[in-house]
Amino acid sequence: MKDEITRDDRVANLKGMGCSRKRVEDARFTQGKGNYVDDIKLDGMLFGDFVRSPYAHARIKNIDISAAMEVPGVLAVLTAKDLEPLGLHWMPTLAGDKQMVLADGKVLFQGQEVAFVVAEDRYAAADGIEAVEVDYEELPVIVDPFEALKSDVVLREDTVQDGKPVDGAHGPRKHHNHIFTWEAGDKEPTEEVIANAEVVAEETMYYHRTHPCPLETCGCVASMDKVNGKLTLWGTFQAPHAIRTVVSLISGIEEHNIRVISPDIGGGFGNKVGAYPGYVCSVVASIVTGKPVKWIEDRMDNLMTTAFARDYWMTGKISATKEGKITGLHCHVTADHGGFDACADPTKFPAGFMNICTGSYDIPTAFLEVDGVYTNKAPGGVSYRCSFRVTEAVYFIERMIEVLAIKLDMDAAELRRINFIKKEQFPYKAALGWEYDSGDYHTAWDKALKTVDYDGLRAEQAQRVEDFKAGKTRSLMGIGLSFFTEIVGAGPVKNCDILGLGMFDSCEIRIHPTGSAIARLGTISQGQGHATTFAQILASEIGLPADSITIEEGDTDTAPYGLGTYGSRSTPVAGAATAMAGRKIRAKAQMIAAYLLEVHDDDVEFDVDRFVVKGAPERFKTMKEIAFAAYNQAIPGIEPGLEAVSYYDPPNMTYPFGAYVCVMDIDVDTGVTDIRRFYALDDCGTRINPMIIEGQVHGGLTEALAVALGQEIAYDDMGNVKTGTLMDFFLPTAWEVPNYETDYTVTPSPHHPIGAKGVGESPHVGGVPCFSNAVQDAFRAFGNTHTNMPHDHWRIWKTANALGLHD
Amino acid sequence: MIPAAFEYYRPTDLAGALSILEEHGDDARVMAGGHSLIPMMKLRMADVPHLIDLQDVEGLGGIEVSGDSIRLGAMVTQSDIINHAALTEAAPILREAALQIADPQVRYMGTVGGNVANGDPGNDMPGLMQCLDASFTLVGPDGSREVDAREFYEAAYMTAREDEEILTAVTIPLPKGGYAYEKQKRKIGDYATAAAAVQLVKDGESCSAASIAMTNLSDTPVYCEAAGAALVGTTLDDAAIKAAVAAMLGGIDPSEDNRGPIAFKTHVAGVILRRAIERAWSRA
Ligand SMILES: Cc1cc2nc3c(=O)[nH]c(=O)nc-3n(C[C@H](O)[C@H](O)[C@H](O)COP(=O)(O)OP(=O)(O)OC[C@H]3O[C@@H](n4cnc5c(N)ncnc54)[C@H](O)[C@@H]3O)c2cc1C
Repeated sequence: MKDEITRDDRVANLKGMGCSRKRVEDARFTQGKGNYVDDIKLDGMLFGDFVRSPYAHARIKNIDISAAMEVPGVLAVLTAKDLEPLGLHWMPTLAGDKQMVLADGKVLFQGQEVAFVVAEDRYAAADGIEAVEVDYEELPVIVDPFEALKSDVVLREDTVQDGKPVDGAHGPRKHHNHIFTWEAGDKEPTEEVIANAEVVAEETMYYHRTHPCPLETCGCVASMDKVNGKLTLWGTFQAPHAIRTVVSLISGIEEHNIRVISPDIGGGFGNKVGAYPGYVCSVVASIVTGKPVKWIEDRMDNLMTTAFARDYWMTGKISATKEGKITGLHCHVTADHGGFDACADPTKFPAGFMNICTGSYDIPTAFLEVDGVYTNKAPGGVSYRCSFRVTEAVYFIERMIEVLAIKLDMDAAELRRINFIKKEQFPYKAALGWEYDSGDYHTAWDKALKTVDYDGLRAEQAQRVEDFKAGKTRSLMGIGLSFFTEIVGAGPVKNCDILGLGMFDSCEIRIHPTGSAIARLGTISQGQGHATTFAQILASEIGLPADSITIEEGDTDTAPYGLGTYGSRSTPVAGAATAMAGRKIRAKAQMIAAYLLEVHDDDVEFDVDRFVVKGAPERFKTMKEIAFAAYNQAIPGIEPGLEAVSYYDPPNMTYPFGAYVCVMDIDVDTGVTDIRRFYALDDCGTRINPMIIEGQVHGGLTEALAVALGQEIAYDDMGNVKTGTLMDFFLPTAWEVPNYETDYTVTPSPHHPIGAKGVGESPHVGGVPCFSNAVQDAFRAFGNTHTNMPHDHWRIWKTANALGLHD
Repeated sequence: MIPAAFEYYRPTDLAGALSILEEHGDDARVMAGGHSLIPMMKLRMADVPHLIDLQDVEGLGGIEVSGDSIRLGAMVTQSDIINHAALTEAAPILREAALQIADPQVRYMGTVGGNVANGDPGNDMPGLMQCLDASFTLVGPDGSREVDAREFYEAAYMTAREDEEILTAVTIPLPKGGYAYEKQKRKIGDYATAAAAVQLVKDGESCSAASIAMTNLSDTPVYCEAAGAALVGTTLDDAAIKAAVAAMLGGIDPSEDNRGPIAFKTHVAGVILRRAIERAWSRA
């Protein structure tokens, strides 16, 4: 008998949604055939690099470039004086502040860009940098935001007029070193609830400064073609269209004359969203010299000067009944932004989505206040593998829950359970304003606790404590719990924009006559595997195999306008646009199919890879046949071709969630941690490619482990960066990373066309508190309530020492 | 991270290398695996106008294990040590220590000679060689001389080697008894928070010989003669180990860095040494 091709075979052939399709990107990446910015080589290309400040705060009395100009191969040295006539010595930041492109009379952080040396090659540029003589007068350094708010020292001269602080981008300043105050929720009612509560727990925690540290550092190549007036800018941009618009606005070059291209990007994690002085200087240098100019950061430049993450001092009060029902939450944040506010948040949200800090809990009353402060540190404050400030928010609430559990003398898993938002409460309006789309927290939590045998773990831990007290062991056991709700997919244009650019996204599809396709999106992959997953969404939507669909992103001359990739927005926003554009294709295909089958439009229906006549499945036209007909057959009333474009403005954010458990052994004498088990249950709604999801979870957890256990950008009192190389800045390798067990539940987003929510950042958001809670939990039996991250060996040792566990 | 310009030489014999060293004095340096020197040059912390690559120099390689001693040519890599069966049999502590240095990529390039000549307090082999009572062969314009590892280190990056001398070999008396190289580090590729090299000989129930050296707890490796002496003649009971640890703590002088404050490092040094002693004893 002849083998029948079944419907299942046809579904499998598409490699559509739900299929663990192998990543199409990996063939080139694993063979070293990727094309990154530094791989771009153009005729006559020059190299630019920065003279950087050795001081954290200093006045610049003089810059002498004469010796540098004598260095063979050096062609030009740009300083603020050269940029000033062009109005380019300062540039706007995404946060509504402005930032010096090159030091304008003073420097505000160590490593700040002081002059830009342009040379024939990198080596000459490096020698030229050495030869630039800068005369600095050191000024008092402030690295502590609380001191900054008390100090007479004015860090930013543009914050003061007639001896008084002038208003900033987000309202009045409380002090000349103060940037903004941002509030959410109800102040008085919250204070009242807390004042009258049966139980109140309070804690202050420092979420230390760290850095996204993508493997590929930031860089660009600018090429001004003076003949046709076109500027081409290749770069490590997470948002190429936004960069094009910003470059146009600040340079005055018309947008059609600017082409921004993001080639392969070796990781971004938020570090590559903003605009950096290197981009501006490269463009100017290319205009001045008429030659292409390349700028590539080295590792120290990247760690010390391009956007950092976190650096939040968070003080919380959480109130509850004696039984553990939470009644109110109060949070105050002092946010250290460094010398310039160069956060990459939607403009109306100077503290990002920190107001998701009520977490996964039904908290009736809450209030949040964030004060942004200038210090002598590098600018930034980006969302390192998270939606805007969500990692901070989730860390805060997941620590406050633990602190409250201690105060109540209650099990922290149980405390979470009795406070979760219930399934039937969705869509749920949170006290700080967000409307959570969907969730089923209890199911996820119960599944997680059951899988890890939570009760068994607690029994084992109790035994360990006894053994420790009896002198039988020097190792303690920590059980880290976290339950997180992310808020991703920025976002609805009505409340999310960056410098006025609405945060929709886009997809444009062209079906070729022989039934293959190309789709272009406004996003840009930095390793997430867009070329793989977006093709899968389309395959399921339009019935052509994913292997026959090319996905292209990152070239502003060809891709439709979009706001780029960060904050897990690609699937929620561009993924939705892709599905919607696919549906437009399908709608036209339906008319063509009906014509070919000689029936009415309503008499055919879509079935995997074809349209069939209802009730007569043997009469069908495949999408491949329809595509051919679309181009080659004159169909009355239907114009030729099969193309569609969709711009998608999401009605709401999506709210992925998850339940994580970490089991850790801690050597009390050396502070060494050993992660015995890590279980991660993620609910990201509809799952497009389970293998890619798993990869994203592994990566996000690994960066969470890094941040929780050692990764930091530390400064000494003089504002010197103490962790400027990978010897001291912790980037975990296979050696430090445990085995991860992944699991899932599926609660689709009700408003997203395919129900998907985004997953790239969830594991980082949920992972950090989980690792941290494990460390803190190990010492709970000995009186610990909270210690700050990073939990590296000496800090854990210090905790044990302070609890008297060393004598 | 680009070094200043330099002249590159690749001599094929020792005499050739020595003559370049002599000609340029302070301005010349030899390079072995380059995994300490090149990073320093890239950071422009080492200025080396004349760089002499030792890779092609005849006679600097080779591992020889004989009846009473081991000879490691200066250009023997950490990876060579790890993969040499006879050497592991004769002195297993070398392999145990080499496996805790950096990562496989660094170990393919990093050499014994470079590691002991470098003079960085973070290097693991200087302390190891002091524990094993090794000696270093130095060849200069006036011929060859031997210097004991225990006499070689003067201060950070300052050793008994003269600028125009090349270290050609390390000679180690065949170690006896049980061994342990115990190292605490923050992550793979990190220098020690504290490390201990211990070699113990057991005679019946008691310890008849003990040698102990510590790494990255002072500006030089610390050979702890008194710590070893505190163990000799004992059955390694708790009091003896405590005495050895106390003697060791008297000899170290750690400084604060990103790995932690002095109190922490001192505490960890004690814990690490105790563990090394116990492990060495269990193997003696
Ligand atoms: C990421 C990383 C991690 C590391 N971690 C560790 C670690 O944990 N433990 C550790 O011990 N080391 C570590 N190292 C250093 C590594 O082991 C080096 O390879 C070693 O210190 C030097 O050996 P080399 O052959 O590379 O010497 P080079 O770098 O070539 O030379 C080092 C110095 O010694 C001098 N020199 C070299 N050979 C001779 C010779 N024959 N005679 C005279 N002078 C000579 C050179 O002039 C130079 O001053 C690490 C290195 C890296 C890059």
